Amino acid sequence: MTTSLPGSGRFNFGTTRFERDMKAAVIVFPGSNCDRDCKVAVERSTGAQVEMVWHGDTALPQGLDLIVLPGGFSYGDYLRCGAMAALSPVMAEVKAAAERGVATVGICNGFQVLCEAGLLPGALLQNERLKYVCKPVTLEITNAQTRFTSGYGGRREAVMTVGNGEGNYFADEATLDRLEGEGQVVFRYRDNPNGSARDIAGIVNGKGNVLGMMPHPDRAFEAELGSADGAVLFQSALASA
Amino acid sequence: MKAKVHVFLKPGVLDVQGKAVEQALHGLGWSGVEGVRVGKTIEFDLASADRAAAEAEVKAMCDKLLANTVIESYLVELA
Repeated sequence: MTTSLPGSGRFNFGTTRFERDMKAAVIVFPGSNCDRDCKVAVERSTGAQVEMVWHGDTALPQGLDLIVLPGGFSYGDYLRCGAMAALSPVMAEVKAAAERGVATVGICNGFQVLCEAGLLPGALLQNERLKYVCKPVTLEITNAQTRFTSGYGGRREAVMTVGNGEGNYFADEATLDRLEGEGQVVFRYRDNPNGSARDIAGIVNGKGNVLGMMPHPDRAFEAELGSADGAVLFQSALASA
Repeated sequence: MKAKVHVFLKPGVLDVQGKAVEQALHGLGWSGVEGVRVGKTIEFDLASADRAAAEAEVKAMCDKLLANTVIESYLVELA
């Protein structure tokens, strides 16, 4: 699938063609364990150059088109999932980049970090049935107009894998109403695996450039993994950069 | 000064651990147990002689790190 156009150094993925070389960063916290998966997923699905950025760094690489906060157990989930990571030195830079409009995706633990950092509303609670859930899930693409989902076209569903013990999305009723009203709910579970409020699997911020989701697009970027639906998300994010 | 911070999920926020513990207590025969909530206590020494200032400081720590006020409430004890 990853084919370089002869002589151009650019990439062509079906309908997605980037006019320049794209650049992404994966933030690595102590305890992240999907960081390399994210790097490979973004590289293979988009051809972007991906840099790993250590949580203690105080600067991001120049000219980023995409920032990924990966899954895992940053800081051993001490205190609360994502709480310590949200205060990492690099997060001040991530916040500033997100405010400038850089596409930012937090996956699983990355979603928890974005909530703890105040970049997204709500929080992730322990799963309703107290179990770690690891399985493929079918997602309803609730909003196909976001910069992360535009590539799905007319498709209404995507299949990705969840793997979480604390993926139960919570926000107060007023916040949930606002998220739904403003089209900020991007993905919903067809069959809610963790008790998430209103079946929410992924949301964007008001500006639409920060996405948090519990399912892993990085575990669904080529058919050999059971689904290639996650690749479309990374391609969409970069196509809109 | 010694500070103790108690952090609990807010009323209305599902506490699955509390629910599991409650069921276990029922299983052991304590059928009268209700509304179990599992929280945590964080304690530390604080270099401060002024009680009011210490209270304000610990409250700031709670809001910034020790509790996530979207889902949790906290109680500060100073001694």
